[in-house]
Amino acid sequence: MLRVIVRRLLQLVVTLIALSALIFIWLRNLPGGPVEALLGERATPERRALLTKALGYDQPILVQYGKFMQRVVTGDFGNSIRSGDPVTDVISRAFPATIELALAAMIIAVGLGVPLGYLAARWRGRSLDNLTIAGTLLGISIPIFFLGYLLKDVFTQNIHWFPPSGRLTTGLDNTNVTGFFVLDGLLTREFDASADALWHLILPAITLATIPLAVIVRITRASVLDVLNEDYVRTAEAKGLRHRTIRGRHILRNALLPVVTTIGLQTGALLSGAVLTEKVYNWGGIGTLITDSISGGRDYPVLQAIILLAALVFVVVNLLVDLSYAFIDPRVRVR
Amino acid sequence: MSLLDVRDLSVVFQRRGERPFTAVDKVSFTVEPGQTVGLVGESGCGKSVTSLAIMGLLPKRGNKVTGEVLFEDTDLLKLRPDDMRDRRGREISMIFQDPLSSLNPVIPIGVQVAEVLERHQGRDRKQALREARDLLDAVGIPDPQRRLSEYPHQISGGMRQRALIAIALACKPRLLIADEPTTALDVTIQAQILTLLKQLVDETGTALVMITHDLGVVAGLCDTVNVLYGGKVVERARRHELFAHARHPYTHGLLNSVPRLDSPRGERLHAIRGSVSDNIPWAEGCAFAPRCDNVVDACLEGPPPLEPTATGGDLRCNNPVSEEVAVR
Repeated sequence: MLRVIVRRLLQLVVTLIALSALIFIWLRNLPGGPVEALLGERATPERRALLTKALGYDQPILVQYGKFMQRVVTGDFGNSIRSGDPVTDVISRAFPATIELALAAMIIAVGLGVPLGYLAARWRGRSLDNLTIAGTLLGISIPIFFLGYLLKDVFTQNIHWFPPSGRLTTGLDNTNVTGFFVLDGLLTREFDASADALWHLILPAITLATIPLAVIVRITRASVLDVLNEDYVRTAEAKGLRHRTIRGRHILRNALLPVVTTIGLQTGALLSGAVLTEKVYNWGGIGTLITDSISGGRDYPVLQAIILLAALVFVVVNLLVDLSYAFIDPRVRVR
Repeated sequence: MSLLDVRDLSVVFQRRGERPFTAVDKVSFTVEPGQTVGLVGESGCGKSVTSLAIMGLLPKRGNKVTGEVLFEDTDLLKLRPDDMRDRRGREISMIFQDPLSSLNPVIPIGVQVAEVLERHQGRDRKQALREARDLLDAVGIPDPQRRLSEYPHQISGGMRQRALIAIALACKPRLLIADEPTTALDVTIQAQILTLLKQLVDETGTALVMITHDLGVVAGLCDTVNVLYGGKVVERARRHELFAHARHPYTHGLLNSVPRLDSPRGERLHAIRGSVSDNIPWAEGCAFAPRCDNVVDACLEGPPPLEPTATGGDLRCNNPVSEEVAVR
């Protein structure tokens, strides 16, 4: 087991190095750039050359990359070109917001998706099943930004159930401990702040959860249908076991194997979905930071760090998924 | 009073848009306490469906079960599903054909045995596991303590079937239904498993319904044999009666198609011609008629009735094989 983890971590390092090179070259070849953004279109060529040199962008790309990697190893990602703050600070302010949103979305997707998928399978061909299938098709096909604006319009303009944007009501102060506002409120016993943060969280989380929810329902349904036909479920019935024992111990535990894999793969969808969702609800997380860093003049240092971070999250989540797989299925452990 | 009295059991599968399919057609047989009864026939004759119907394990939808399954005078078909659930695994148990797929791959063997005891005997996990170890020991699994925490893929096929037998017999049921328990096993292991089953039912007094297509299994184990063809019982006899004087042409053919070590070299194996048809044409006469060497006109006019024979069995045939003709 330990050897597997070590090997996977080494793979992770290689992946990240390769990815960082790709991002570096890709970003540098995008049209426009920080120099143009900082100086405006009408700057003289002399001033441009001066700033380009000052930022170090005149050097060969390999040299730039080498210097970048040298600093990254020490944990220094440079300073944001837009704000001048260290990139690590900029990101650590935005990161918890996105994680909070993504976690909430995943809780909704799994918490609702697994039971729905199970019920649809159990009642295959009945109206609940047909309704679920139709619903998931809709959920997969509907664009996030459209759903986001739709929900926002209905629930914040027509019916004033939820706040339209942000993570907290303006004027309400909370103590920042972890950056997860709902959790912070609980830790510092500022329960009103916690409730307010949760209230702000619901609509964005639902928006972001739609696609993973639809996927998880479908995977769970298909997987439960497979397991229901297995001989060991018949054996469990022949033993006269109670429904809930058969459901929990014999059906779900086997049926969840593919679902767990899906959860890992959906992390990617969540990260990209977060960009759009955060834009709609002005969430102020990594997604907002990405869009701002691109449109606000190619903030190379911030963008590089964010994309690396996103890749790191994706790979680590999938590593955890693989490890939990071995935990759930003893047949995987032997290898 | 018989332990199990199956009367006119029929199972009709009905899917939307398809013609109903009669898998089991008015099957009746009895099992006395402690007795071993065989249900014999080739694939598709309805023997497995019969056993699943008795156990109440057929799918809830898409089939119609009629008749009576009297277990100590209680009609199992009329029980509420939860009452039947209370009896399954405790009073009536079943073991299946493929021991690997019949065990849950992600649950340790010990828990799979123990959960029956927890469910029906009210044991806690610790006590149940201790009893599970003794059960594994009793079915001849070496090093039972270690097996408790092992998973099905870690033990051999023979041991898996032993574990399933331990599960089935954990609550000392009065009836055990074994659906081709040795088909998926090596020949050498088959004999061991059959010997074990025989020994266990003898020790505990459990009655056994043995479902098989293997006449060798019948010869070694069964007191009474029911031969099924096309969902109906075509012949019923005491074991020795059946092997000495099979009357039904189908049974006769089955016995003759068993390869023998003492047959002359190079002699071709005897086979029953044709194969079992998909829909059972009992309505238009004897279902076996198209494959039968003894067919007479009456066979094509309607299904022959099941009638008692002089030797105490039953026979459904217009033109049976003469009693004088011994099986080869």
